[in-house]
This record gives sequence, C-alpha cells and structure tokens, in this order.
Amino acid sequence: MQYNVNEKGYYGDFGGAYIPEMLYPNVEELRLNYKKITAEPEFQEAFNALLKDYVGRPTPLYFAKRLSKKYNTKIYLKREDLCHTGAHKVNNTIGQILLAQRLGKNRIIAETGAGQHGVATATVCALMGIQCIVYMGAVDIQRQAPNVARMKMLGAEVRPAQSGSKTLKDATNEAIRDWINNPVDTHYIIGSVVGPHPYPDMVARFQAVISAEVQNQLESLEGRTYPDHVVACVGGGSNAAGIYYHYLEEKRVNIIAVEAAGKGIDTGESAATSALGKEGIIHGSKTLLMQTPDGQITEPYSISAGLDYPGVGPMHAHLFRSGRAEFVSITDDEAMTAGLELSQLEGIIPAIETAHAFALFEQRPFGPEEVVVVNLSGRGDKDLNTYIDYFKLT
Amino acid sequence: MNRIDQAFAQDKKLLSIYFSAGHPKLEDTLPILKALQAAEVDMIEIGLPFSDPLADGPTIQDSATQALANGMTTQRLFDQLEQVRDHIHLPLIIMGYFNPILQYGVEAFCEKCEAIGIDGLIIPDLPADVYHEHYQALFEQHGLYNMFLITPQTPEERIRYIDKVSNGFIYMVSSASVTGAKATFGDSQTDYFKRISALGLNTPQIVGFGISNSETYQAATNHAQGAIIGSAFIQFLEKEGVANIGAFVERIRQ
Repeated sequence: MQYNVNEKGYYGDFGGAYIPEMLYPNVEELRLNYKKITAEPEFQEAFNALLKDYVGRPTPLYFAKRLSKKYNTKIYLKREDLCHTGAHKVNNTIGQILLAQRLGKNRIIAETGAGQHGVATATVCALMGIQCIVYMGAVDIQRQAPNVARMKMLGAEVRPAQSGSKTLKDATNEAIRDWINNPVDTHYIIGSVVGPHPYPDMVARFQAVISAEVQNQLESLEGRTYPDHVVACVGGGSNAAGIYYHYLEEKRVNIIAVEAAGKGIDTGESAATSALGKEGIIHGSKTLLMQTPDGQITEPYSISAGLDYPGVGPMHAHLFRSGRAEFVSITDDEAMTAGLELSQLEGIIPAIETAHAFALFEQRPFGPEEVVVVNLSGRGDKDLNTYIDYFKLT
Repeated sequence: MNRIDQAFAQDKKLLSIYFSAGHPKLEDTLPILKALQAAEVDMIEIGLPFSDPLADGPTIQDSATQALANGMTTQRLFDQLEQVRDHIHLPLIIMGYFNPILQYGVEAFCEKCEAIGIDGLIIPDLPADVYHEHYQALFEQHGLYNMFLITPQTPEERIRYIDKVSNGFIYMVSSASVTGAKATFGDSQTDYFKRISALGLNTPQIVGFGISNSETYQAATNHAQGAIIGSAFIQFLEKEGVANIGAFVERIRQ
C-alpha cells in the first residue's frame, strides 16, 4: 500500500480538491507549479539557507534522560520548540512565502486558530516585505491576545471571522472567501496539511525536513536511521506529517498519532477526529471530520486551541483507516499533567498541543531498548495563562 | 423534456430566484415557492443549508445558519417538498454543498430528487471532473441536470470542458467574488459577459452573484439568457416577508 499522496492528489480514499470553481484557477496554478518550483536549485538553496540561519535548523534531537528513566524506555525529543517563533509552523511558512514570491504574488492571507501559524506567517511576510492579512475567529482573538499582539507588531492585519462559530474553521472559510475575491495577486498560506490538493502534500513536504533531520541524527546517536516509534500530536496534522514523512513507507517504524480527547471522547466536548469523525468534505478535502448525521460540520473542543480542528489532514485519515498508524486520544487533564511533568523532569515547558503527545507514556508501555522519537512541536510560552489557571500557579 | 430546457426554449430572458430553505422560518419553503410562481419568475433554486458555505457571502451564510438553527435538515426539506409538484410547475433546482449530500447518500439523494420532481442540482464544491468521473451516470439515470459555475478567471479550455459536461445552463459568476448583492456592474463584467457569449457554447448561460436590482438584472441579461438573484432576495424576505414577494419581482423586471 502507498501511504504518501498519489498523482491525483489522494491518500487512499482521502484528499482531492473539492473546491468551488471560483478557486480552480488559483489551486490549479499551485498544483501545476509547486513541485517544479520547489525542486529548482535556487529555491532549495534559499529555503535551506533560511531554515539554517533564520529558523535555526537543524533543531536538536535530544535524549530525554530523566523522562526515559521514569518510563523505562529510550525517549528522544525532536526540538521543534527551538525554531524561531517557537514552533514547527515556520518551516512551512518559509517554504510557502518563497513559492508565493516565485508565483509573483504580492499579498498573503492566512488563517489561524491559536495564532501560531498566524505569527509564523506574519513573521515571513515581515522578512520579505509582503502585505499580510490573517483571519482569526473572533472568539479566538479574545482567547489568544498575546499572539494577536505579536502579529500586529510584525505588521500584519488581523481580521476577525464573525461567521459561524467564530473559531478556526470559520477563519479558514473567511480566508478561502478572501482568496475567491482576490484570485490574481494573492497567495493563501494554509498552516496545516489540510485543504485541497496540493496543499496537504505541499505543506507535508515543507515539514518533511523534521524527519529528514531525525534520520541523520539517529544515525549518529543510535547507529540506525529509524526509531521504533515516532510520536506526534495531531490537530490538522502538520507537525505529525513532518516527523512521519520519511518513515511512511518504513515498516520498522510504528507511527503513533495523539489526538485531543478534550473532556473525554463521549462528553460531546472533544476533538478526537479518528474516534468521532466520519468521511466527508471540509475545506476542499475529503477526509475524516466531525459532523452531524446531516453533514453539518460541528465545533470541536480541546483545551489546546491548536488541536481543535473538526477534521484531520487526508494523510492522517488514510494512516488511520489503513491501520498504518496507531491513534490514541488524550484528555485535557492528561495533557496538562504531562506538560507539567516534562517541565519538571527535563526543564522544557511544552505547548499544550505537544503535551498531549507526552501523555502517551502514562497510557502505553514501551520496551526498555525501544527508541521512541517524540516531536516536541512547540514551546509553552503562549500557553502560560492556561497553565497558570489550571495549576493555580499564582 | 427537462423543465429547465423548456424554460430556456422560450424566447425570453429568464429570472431565477434563490432562497435558503428553512429561512426566515422553517415552514416558509412552500409559501415562498408559491409566491414566486405567482409572481411569474422562471426558475427557482432552493438552497440546502450548510454550516460552512465557502462560496457564499455573509447574507446567504447568515440565512443558512438561521435555517439550521430553525431545524432544517435534508430530510425535512424533502418532506416539505413531497407534494411540491401538485402546486409548482416551474423548474426547481436544489443548490447545496456536497457534504450534506454525501452524508444523505448521493444515490439516495438523487432518487429522492427524482421522486419529488427536482430538475437539477447545483453543487458548488463538486468539481466538474469529479462529477464526470463518479456521479454523472447516476445523475442522468435519475433525470437530474447538474449545473456548473464559471468565473472571469476560468480558462477557455476549462469552460469548453464544463460546457461538455453540464446540462441545463452554465452559471456565469459575475465577478471574482463570493455571493452578495452589488449595485452596479462595471465594464470588466460587461466585457466578460460578451467574451463568454462570443464563445458559442452549446449550453446556455445565465448570470449570478451580485445581481440586486433592475439595473444589474438588465446588464446581465443583455449578454446572457437569464440571471439569478439570491442575496438581494433574501435581504428582501427578511425585511418585507413572504407576502410581498410579488413587489420584489416586479421591481426587478421593471
């Protein structure tokens, strides 16, 4: 079985481009050009130089000694939290801004939930001197004030999405509408492995640098290029796509996806798409998504704003349905506890999204000689208020 | 002959009206259809509401949100339309996004449409190539037309393909935009209408998006066989109610 995208833009049953005709020219322009442009040596050179000198790559692969001892296994952390802007999101925005420049676009739009992708987009737009408009749900703007301020400081305009539930899915709708209204001069930087083909593949390729580095780093640390298990949290799934990418077809690697169960899968307040979702279409992609029996898309819930997306990228839907990946769901409480534990055992405060991945170790044993690589996708500074409230730290 | 073809066979410019089923009130569907027929419109598009209507502007999205809050569902719409052909002889089109249709089951949806007497569908996020490959045979088996949109940015090659795959009419989106009322059309729109008209397509064209009054209706129908009004009609319904639909249509046609 093939786990990566096929030439028609599908991952097994999932993917494709279910888009209104108004978007066809924009998406078709990307589809025809993204592989060609990103393969050009000048593009590669510019991309790699920025990843190295601006983002700070390669990020370390760090052996977490005390965590490993506690869980009696060998845990390595891929330190994406050390990327400029504090998360893996910037790998993709660097790639897409270079692509947008080569397509002659002079206006950038993006959607954001918690604000991390918005900040990463505003950052590269400032770097390149390109106009930047970020759509963000009106509710999220209230919840994520520091990231709104960061985007504004970086020169971006933050437009509130007032429609529907006023969160990430609505911000995405508004960004798509903006693109429909501005089809010629604008590039839409989607922040995850979602949306119509070629977005899931394009974003996965930009994030694939994560697993490419892990291969090299593990070789010198463990004498082999692959771990026994690779673990990541999945909302839309971009950090996961990045750390799985070079291991998709490597059967010796067990792939583990950690979703947000929110208050619990059966509580009606959850974002665990693999458990609760059904095949359908969201934002131009056929995938698993949370919806009513009537096909209306429902609002997910998680304590972490970065995981409350009602779908998953089509790659992950395929990894789930084919059985290639093991899917686990973690509640708010389990994630918060794991976030605190990582802080106190390793001196690293993770983003709450990322903390979900670490809660896995309480749920599932690993062998003492097994090598487990966890993608430490983001740092927790942005979540301090949530941590403070939850643990009554003041 | 499909009622849509019958409408286009007449020697006149067609006025088609769109509304969201279940809005303003859940049970307004049949009263609106009857009032539109009494006002002598030529075709009606019944909007199947969706939570995330990507191609629509705020007016239609808000009406869909209200309709869903009122309790509209696919099954309820079909129940409301069960006896529609006892009252309505106009061509009826259901316009909706693909996910609710997918969840109902595309085949079951088509069967139901045929049984009720629906003439065609407009599904903005079902691309022509996916339709052609997976669903066209099914639609045709149930006598359903499927109409596609084009925009000023659609390349000619793509327009020719859509012309080949569609029946009924091609829905010419007036400008690069989501749905919503506009007061006037500029030269670029007129040039675009003329350009498409000059292509000599097999499928007739009608213009939609941005038509709100008699001026934009006239401008649109100068170069196409008809025009569709949605947002402006929905705004009117909210303010003036179902009872005054005749006045709205009269004002457009004046």
